[in-house]
Amino acid sequence: MTDAGTLGSPSLVAKLFFAAFLAITLAITWWAARRTRTPDQFYAAGRSITALQNGFALAGDYMSASSFLGISGLVSLRGFDGLIYAAGGLVGWPIVLFLIAEPLRNLGRYTFADVVAVRLRQVPVRVAAAIGTLATVLLYLIAQMVGAGGLVRLLFGISYEMAVVIVGAAMIVYVLFGGMLATTWVQIVKAILLLAGAVILTILVLLQFGLSPVQVFAAAAGAEGAQVLAPGALIADPVDAVSLGLALMFGTAGLPHILMRFYTVPDAQAARRSVFYATLLIGAFFLLIVIIGYGAMVLVGPERIRTADPGGNMAAPLLAELLGGQAFLGFIGAVAFATILAVVAGLTLSGAAALSHDLWVSVVRRGSPRPGEELRVARVTTLLLGALAVLSGIAFEGQNVTFMVGLAFAIAASGNFPALILSMFWRGCTTMGAVAAMVTGTLGTMLLIWLSPTVQIDLLSREVAWFPFRNPAIVTMPLGFLAGVLVSLVSPEEAARSGFEAMQRRASLGEDFSR
Amino acid sequence: MSVDHDAEVMQAARARRRVALGLTFVLMVIYFGFLGLIAWNKSLLGTQLTPGLSLGLLLGAGVILACWILTWLYVRWANTHYDPLLSRLRSDEGSR
Repeated sequence: MTDAGTLGSPSLVAKLFFAAFLAITLAITWWAARRTRTPDQFYAAGRSITALQNGFALAGDYMSASSFLGISGLVSLRGFDGLIYAAGGLVGWPIVLFLIAEPLRNLGRYTFADVVAVRLRQVPVRVAAAIGTLATVLLYLIAQMVGAGGLVRLLFGISYEMAVVIVGAAMIVYVLFGGMLATTWVQIVKAILLLAGAVILTILVLLQFGLSPVQVFAAAAGAEGAQVLAPGALIADPVDAVSLGLALMFGTAGLPHILMRFYTVPDAQAARRSVFYATLLIGAFFLLIVIIGYGAMVLVGPERIRTADPGGNMAAPLLAELLGGQAFLGFIGAVAFATILAVVAGLTLSGAAALSHDLWVSVVRRGSPRPGEELRVARVTTLLLGALAVLSGIAFEGQNVTFMVGLAFAIAASGNFPALILSMFWRGCTTMGAVAAMVTGTLGTMLLIWLSPTVQIDLLSREVAWFPFRNPAIVTMPLGFLAGVLVSLVSPEEAARSGFEAMQRRASLGEDFSR
Repeated sequence: MSVDHDAEVMQAARARRRVALGLTFVLMVIYFGFLGLIAWNKSLLGTQLTPGLSLGLLLGAGVILACWILTWLYVRWANTHYDPLLSRLRSDEGSR
């Protein structure tokens, strides 16, 4: 192969694979729609998902196009530095297991605000949690939509706007009609396809190197120099490194669309097992991604990868075409498209839950909605969020929005996570304390990103940035905790204090044993 | 419900919290130790143990392995210690 391959020219195979995926997922949605008639079914799939199924769905939520194409691309261009993201992507999961999954399942119903509000005053907590949820969900959503438009244009050769509209329309159909049940199964199907694609691609790479990953790394060092096996310039500043690490490690435990999945299983034990499966799957996926990345570095070469896309996103598709031909490229392209669809569906559902369950039902209706109203509001908000996702996807065309995912993680680690931990584990936590943690963490993170080099220098082309680091979590996460503790101390709340034992009982024994 | 029983429920919650925080701490040491090496001793991580296998790659895979082992340890503890304790406490309540 001498030219840049056939990327960008509409491939019939890719279209057929993607059409097959759409057909299967729409059939799933049709099946799920008949089982989506109550809020319990819409938000939580009627608690009918098994631990293994939820493990795949959780892994699917995390294995986004940006981790598959982005991290393999980063490894293919910069070697070891890409691995920092791969390892960092997994460390959040044990934290979710140890600190969050089981008590969350026992204390809440649909959103993480349910948990924070258990022994606190509903209205302030719900409003603050909705701000934290919408901030994380919207940032994540915009990044996915913009990524989707760009990728699909490269892979399928259709226009950016068309790609964004297709993603938005399909996602709205899944969520609107099939609720969490359809969203979960779309995610499971996609996770299996993505893992299968990564396994096949890895095997094709290893076949070129006597089935030894170490041979791949050695060939990479031979072709591009030994420095590709050592840390490079990506993490220049130690403080920034630790700050990024904090956001990755504790942000996962504060991502609303991940937390929401624990309500889809029957009990806390199933929630626990599902994180164990998810950790195994995601860890395996990242190991494959690293081999794929180095494989692309050797076999495709950084120059061709950069020509196709300066960010490296086309490394895995180019490698697929080189080793598996047109058909395999079509398969990988369709899987990447499917990946974005499934992730945005989960994000939209959790955003809709924050608007309908936390804001409309718990704040506007003070916990007693009219019959059938909660589901109706949830569907209207799904439509609104879907439309917003499409519009912002088009509005942000061509902008570099990759920092938005990092920002979403930093907000989750600095606002949502401290509020969850303080309210579940600390007797002295009060309503105002939890609100202060969420508001300070969320707004503080956004402010510092605005003042950081990422926005000031990279986006606005200013000379200097007031805040020196690109990753704010090292400041904002302690700030979120500090605000929560200090405000709790100066706003004593007797009901919150005396409700601690009852909450602990329910967190351990389950909802049926709350008194 | 007796005072003893209620105290036992709180004890179970405390036991879980101890295990959870202990494992969280171990993972933080492992992961931030890895990041610390990346930040402060890049050349050490570039050392190749055999051609192709640098110490950095080995430790990166080690972080993933550590995540697997720690989650497995927690699940094993929960299955053998925590769950039996909880089901005994639940049946105590059922027979009150």
